[in-house]
Amino acid sequence: MKIALLGNPNTGKSSVFNLLTGLRQQVGNFPGVTVDKRSGFVTLENVQHELIDFPGTYSIYPRSKEESVVFDVLSKPSHSQHPDQIIFVVDASNLQRNLLFFSQVYDLGIPCVLVLNMWDLAQRKGITISVDELSKLFPSVPIVQSNARVGLGKDRILQALVGLKNSFVQHKSFIDGYPLCPLEDVSAQKSEAEHRLKKIKSALVNVVQTNTPVGESISRKIDRVLIHPVFGYVIFALVLLTIFQFIFTFANAPMNWIDALFAHLSSWTSHVIQPGLVNDLLSQGIIPGIGGVVVFVPQIAMLFFFISILEESGYLSRVVFIMDRLMRPFGLNGKSVVPLMSSIACAIPGIMATRTISNWKERLITILVAPFMSCSARIPVYTLLISLVIPKTFVFGFINLQGIVLFGLYSLGIVFALLVSFLLKLFIKQKEKGFLLMELPDYKNLRWGNVFINVLEKVKIFIIDAGKIILAISIILWFLASFGPDMKGSMDVFSKSNSYQSMSEDEQSQAMASCKLSNSYIGILGKGMEPIIAPLGYDWKIGISLITSFAAREVFVGSLATIYAVQEEGDHQTLLIDRMRNEEKADGTPVFTLASGVSLMVFYVFAMQCMATLAVVKRETNSWKWPLIQLVFMGALAYLSAWLTFGILS
Amino acid sequence: MLNTLDRIGLKHVVEIVSVDHSPISSKLTEMGLVSGQLITTLFKAPFGDPIAIELNGSVLSLRLEEAKFIEVKA
Repeated sequence: MKIALLGNPNTGKSSVFNLLTGLRQQVGNFPGVTVDKRSGFVTLENVQHELIDFPGTYSIYPRSKEESVVFDVLSKPSHSQHPDQIIFVVDASNLQRNLLFFSQVYDLGIPCVLVLNMWDLAQRKGITISVDELSKLFPSVPIVQSNARVGLGKDRILQALVGLKNSFVQHKSFIDGYPLCPLEDVSAQKSEAEHRLKKIKSALVNVVQTNTPVGESISRKIDRVLIHPVFGYVIFALVLLTIFQFIFTFANAPMNWIDALFAHLSSWTSHVIQPGLVNDLLSQGIIPGIGGVVVFVPQIAMLFFFISILEESGYLSRVVFIMDRLMRPFGLNGKSVVPLMSSIACAIPGIMATRTISNWKERLITILVAPFMSCSARIPVYTLLISLVIPKTFVFGFINLQGIVLFGLYSLGIVFALLVSFLLKLFIKQKEKGFLLMELPDYKNLRWGNVFINVLEKVKIFIIDAGKIILAISIILWFLASFGPDMKGSMDVFSKSNSYQSMSEDEQSQAMASCKLSNSYIGILGKGMEPIIAPLGYDWKIGISLITSFAAREVFVGSLATIYAVQEEGDHQTLLIDRMRNEEKADGTPVFTLASGVSLMVFYVFAMQCMATLAVVKRETNSWKWPLIQLVFMGALAYLSAWLTFGILS
Repeated sequence: MLNTLDRIGLKHVVEIVSVDHSPISSKLTEMGLVSGQLITTLFKAPFGDPIAIELNGSVLSLRLEEAKFIEVKA
């Protein structure tokens, strides 16, 4: 049996879901659409039934393409997800609006349990509800009270579900003469809603009694500070700063552990399996590939930990409220702010966080521009290049020039994110117009269980859905870097050369790795593309690093170190910088000049050099079309701006 | 005196007279914005837009361009 969980947003519906299913949850998409489908299992009389959590909506009629899944599933009994029973969650403190959607669902005639949630909140607001009177309006529906946030009501809900089967009460329509309206007929929907609300309003006179406590509520008092024209933004900035401080301080250590763990695993595998292709594939392709997926988990988990806190507490909708006007000229929405800001740490959780944007066009634009925000993987590239080509001088005697350049790179990313949004707004066509119309829910105490489950869910989605694409691309990259048409021959020739013979053992292995990479398919590709990247000021060695860093931007640094055969011990970074400084072109001029260095930094600001992001965009847009468009336009923009930069500076 | 909601100052209690036809009129209705409903204008976002209103004890926010479809009287 399938049981659907329905209700308005902000009714504690997901708390009810967590309460009923615990950790036995799965996440996926509803068939054919990118709408999160959370499902889990409940046990009734020793039989397991599937519980499906639907997106919270205010009506059976969708506000957006994403919400239409509710209408599609409920209106078509033949739909694969059509429920046999429904649990409908309402906010007890706002019965009138909640009952509109409920009365629509009730009139479908599917057996239903009505859950009056947030009972405590209603009492605090001075609202008393007569359950008996409410039952008279919906005679075939058992009504239960719950307070899911603190874990109350599970048994009552389950009992009511069992009772549904044995109920013989005749179903009587709430209003007659209103079959489901066509989706396009907005005025019919409007008059239906008016008709229902009128009946609900007059009926509720006997059900609800309100004694509003005197004085301003706590939420209003908090709002006065958090929505303040000055303090509102200052507090939001401080919140962001705290989140970033936390992530940059604490995400690094677990990421290094994961790197080390997978490095150990690789070397262990290469020792226990007999040498050969299988060994190489496992120890150099698959295991580092999985490591490349898992390494993102600390950042994703930490960002969603904070985003869930903002969401659970009710603060997120205030952020949307104060940022909406600022983002609108760019074709974005107040809801784009948190995804874009998260992208400064990592675009992956940023893009995954766009699910809250209900308008498809606004969501798509946010996804497409998120990678312009300079993420943490660019920092190693920026710092290496800055210390290489930007002198450590002070402007006005106290502002570090290197700092100004770093700031400039971040600003460039933000400015272009907005600029490109503005352009995309003109090009992407859509009929449905974006609108805001949302609730500002009361501030609530955090429920750590909900936060924890949300984090777990996002990590699962990333590892399962994006992970397989990332793994596949990393195996391809490994293949291209490990094989070449005449790699063996070149390595043989090199190993017999005089310069190789005169090296120490450590130097030999470094030099051999360099020789191997230069003669691999990637090496050949890098050399082949030299004429294309020469106008940007790059040579083929940089070309190779550009290709390998598609795995992740920071790989650029490691690849250069391999190509230049820099020893890994001691002060690695300084050795690499010295080596790069002495690097010369065929005509004897240095490779890394101010012009080529800045051009390379600009290239990294714009280029879509991250397969994990592409995999997530594929997952979130449900097609390869958008990630490929993104790859091409970001690449073209990167090439053009790097070319201009090099031209101007040299 | 009739007016539209986007032109009402803060901390006013007004009654909805009608909701004009628009692509979002059914959505406004579904949020409880129907004729006869009393609403209080609560606060504005820092640039004057969007605005927040209270009805039946809950707070809704909407953009001025959405509020202008709602006709109200004091």
